[in-house]
Amino acid sequence: MTLLAPLAAAGFGLAMIGAALMALRARSTAVAVLAAGLVSLFASVLFLILAAPDVAMTEAAIGSGLTTFLFFYVLGRIRREGYDDD
Amino acid sequence: MLPTIAMATGFALILMGLYGALTHRNILRMILGFTIASTGVNVVLVSVGYMPGRTAPIMDSAVPVADAAARVIDPVPQALVLTAIVIGLGVTALMLAYAYRLFRIRHSLDISKFTELKW
Amino acid sequence: MTTKFTTRSFVALVLLALLGVAFWTLAAGYTPDAELNRTAAYYAENTARETGAQNIVTAIIVTYRGLDTLGEVTVLFLTAAIVALVLGQSKAPRGGSGSGFLPSGELLQTGTKMLLPIIMLFGAYVFVNGHLTPGGGFQGGAILASGILLLLLAEPKRRFGHALISRVESVSGLVYVLIGIAGIVLAGGFLDNRILPLGTFGALLSAGAIPLIYTLIGLKVGAEFSSILESLEETEDA
Repeated sequence: MTLLAPLAAAGFGLAMIGAALMALRARSTAVAVLAAGLVSLFASVLFLILAAPDVAMTEAAIGSGLTTFLFFYVLGRIRREGYDDD
Repeated sequence: MLPTIAMATGFALILMGLYGALTHRNILRMILGFTIASTGVNVVLVSVGYMPGRTAPIMDSAVPVADAAARVIDPVPQALVLTAIVIGLGVTALMLAYAYRLFRIRHSLDISKFTELKW
Repeated sequence: MTTKFTTRSFVALVLLALLGVAFWTLAAGYTPDAELNRTAAYYAENTARETGAQNIVTAIIVTYRGLDTLGEVTVLFLTAAIVALVLGQSKAPRGGSGSGFLPSGELLQTGTKMLLPIIMLFGAYVFVNGHLTPGGGFQGGAILASGILLLLLAEPKRRFGHALISRVESVSGLVYVLIGIAGIVLAGGFLDNRILPLGTFGALLSAGAIPLIYTLIGLKVGAEFSSILESLEETEDA
């Protein structure tokens, strides 16, 4: 137990940093938005390991759910008006 | 050990998010960088409240009321981060609305096309 | 586009390296506390006696720091209003290329009809149980808004009641402030939860006015998020 939690935290931390790199480096904005949602999802698991279930729920529902959809709505509006996103 | 790992992750996320916000030219990608940085700030704040060997600040059969002060972790950073996440969504929504407004003016998301306030 | 190494990104890297040094000194010298600090110890010792809530985070948000939460909900309301204002002024051009919505499939529509009541029920469960288990008004409100999001995805053509959302929002905000004032009159101060009996510790109807206040926060936050989502989604014929 004493070793399991830090190991899991390190694993999820590395996954978060990897997803954040993907969000910065991805060529398409849609993939970058999805990667940022993944960062939030891993962050909510990390909050659970850090004994903060309230924060974990909020992050999962708001940070990774609603924020991603806000981005996609704006992306969709911009695509509909004929902007070629690179 | 655990809070240090989480804190390092949070700091790395802040730096990466700010780097993305400073170097990208696409406005949507800049906003994305800001959301990653705000996630990092939240991770750092929660890891400051963590204490080894204690549990979540909820009193139930595992944590009796009498010795709650010796068994639970600091609840104040958690309450702070809870509000910060909610306000973070509001800030992101505002930034996105203004980004769309700017897009309607120039038909471009490239920040270097907006030169009115350039000096 | 992003890989081009310019002086601009070099300057950004130097600035971030300085910030990183500051972060490094913070993280390297950090040792977690062994004892709770005085504020946290007060909350841990007195939450059960003073508010009757099991979840200390809920007690802090709703009672001890209730005024901050009222301010936060107000900030969210302002955000929703500004988003609606900004997007309302810039309507999409009519008949642009590729305008109009794709019809959503039969599967999504039927699935929405089945899932929507369950999602709403789950959101209500989360904010009613906020004083006992993890969760509360903000999480429950976000879950309600996810249900509205599913509705928006399934039937993009249908303009459902904007009036209903704004009415739920304003009524719950008004009742929230009225409960706060009732706290001044009947109990110890603004937003004091002891205007109702504290009840048995751990029961659903306990902790005074906390379930009531968190339900109102949940409805208000859910209505605000739904309104933000709706005004960002709404494009043509708005």
